[in-house]
Amino acid sequence: MRSGSDLESTLECVRDTATTEIGPPKSAGAEHVRKKAKALKGYADAFNLTDNQTAIVRLSSLASSVVCLQEGAEPVMQMTCRDRNRIAMQSDLLGAAALGVRNVLCISGDHQTFGNQKEAKNVYDIDPVQQLMVFRQMRDLGQVWGGDVLEERPRVFLGAAANPFADPFEFRVTRLAKKINAGADFIQTQAIFDLDRFERFMAMVRERGLDQKVHILAGVIPLRSANAARYMKTKVSGMSVPDEIVDRMKGAADPKKEGVRICVETIERLKDIPGVHGVHIMAIGWEDIVPTIVQECGLMLRS
Amino acid sequence: MIIAERKDLGQIVEMLEGKERVLVAGCRSCVSICHAGGEKEVATLAEVLRLQAMNEGRELEVTEATVERQCEKEWVREIGRQVADSDIVLSLACGVGVQVMQEFYPTVMTVPGLNTSNMGAPEEQGIYMEKCGGCGDCVLHLTGGVCPVARCSKSLLNGPCGGSQDGRCEVNRDLPCGWDQIYHSLERLGRLDLLEVNIPPKNWIPSRSGGPRRIVRASIVQGNEEKRAGGGA
Ligand code: SF4
Ligand code: SF4
Repeated sequence: MRSGSDLESTLECVRDTATTEIGPPKSAGAEHVRKKAKALKGYADAFNLTDNQTAIVRLSSLASSVVCLQEGAEPVMQMTCRDRNRIAMQSDLLGAAALGVRNVLCISGDHQTFGNQKEAKNVYDIDPVQQLMVFRQMRDLGQVWGGDVLEERPRVFLGAAANPFADPFEFRVTRLAKKINAGADFIQTQAIFDLDRFERFMAMVRERGLDQKVHILAGVIPLRSANAARYMKTKVSGMSVPDEIVDRMKGAADPKKEGVRICVETIERLKDIPGVHGVHIMAIGWEDIVPTIVQECGLMLRS
Repeated sequence: MIIAERKDLGQIVEMLEGKERVLVAGCRSCVSICHAGGEKEVATLAEVLRLQAMNEGRELEVTEATVERQCEKEWVREIGRQVADSDIVLSLACGVGVQVMQEFYPTVMTVPGLNTSNMGAPEEQGIYMEKCGGCGDCVLHLTGGVCPVARCSKSLLNGPCGGSQDGRCEVNRDLPCGWDQIYHSLERLGRLDLLEVNIPPKNWIPSRSGGPRRIVRASIVQGNEEKRAGGGA
């Protein structure tokens, strides 16, 4: 065990792991996170606290992770490369570890021009691959980048993202391999609607033996409306939503129910794909639905 | 002008490894003014490469070409024959020149012989100093014609930090403090009043923070018709 993280031990022994997300509020109120953590506790093995998602100023992922811990739910602290240079990154990692956060997800983050601080100067001092290299060195060698020795190492389970739907397609597997080489212990993927393409991606992943080196959690999003499906298909870059899904949502008498059905079907298929160790459910503002999905898929309660 | 300096010889030799015919391509513009990549530097480097290969008993054919501006296709086009006869192009232009070469001749690899540093000017003979960070939203009218983005080590927009002393920057005592220079320039201009204003957080969108920048002068862009008619350069 590298980290003492529950997510790590779960992934080591259980195949159907589930993680989900809690979006911190656009305010200084921790109550929102507390409530969601309480309500969702037991319905997922760990909870991602997003880091100023879509570049909108929110309660920090570190503070939200600590609130989560206080509620007895295991956090995955997300950390974007957009807002911090390597000094802040390393400092925040030490801070998080000191406060008991055991999982960290290393990501580039949405560009600031998508959010409410469009004029901000971004940082991108290091990228997610480098972030993993730096964090792994801190954890495994007990050294900050550059070599200074840490008296106490941060015990963290390191995560990264993978998007099988962005281009160039073949390079996506290479990029995943680079992240694993750099230190990723687990991977959460972009939301999967296009199962055919995901299966092709996983075949390439297995061909390189990458599924033996890392735990892969396949991402899913429960759709709430036909509009949401259309929006993701046309407006969100790096997503692939087949027409069939949009049509099903359009034709549904109860779109929310249909969205859940699609999500559950997707998870059932994902469970059969070799190399997939679990799912990451991104409910984006519809967190209440997570227990239903988890129960219907029989991904259940371990706590 | 763009200021650059030559890479280490070791690094250059490494980039050329395994190649037998090298074209060293210079540029007569900025990099020639800062003595990094003009005709003279091309000749010197080519000679060094030849001698080194000879000493090591390697086959190496080195040709030389220097164009007016390597950042424009029109000039780069002139050396097509020489590029075609080479296994690799070692460009002694700024990073823009290297990229234009590679775009224009996509099947022959172009590698950079220089490290491109900044936009600046000669201070005195042999000394070049950064003047502009290309932020895309110029504030020189507020700062006495001295750039706080490029010339203050912290890019502070509202005056010097606590490390400014005797006109020197805390980062390096050999460097003038940009804000000390701004202050004295405004003093000379009788515009110290400008220092009273608090400049709000800057808009970095026109800088790199909005992605690669692209400027379109609609009035001179050719339509498809014109391009087909052969009006394109
Ligand atoms: S303010 Fe911006 S544009 Fe003006 S000189 Fe400085 S960096 Fe260049
Ligand atoms: S000493 Fe002057 S130039 Fe250096 S960081 Fe401070 S204000 Fe900027």
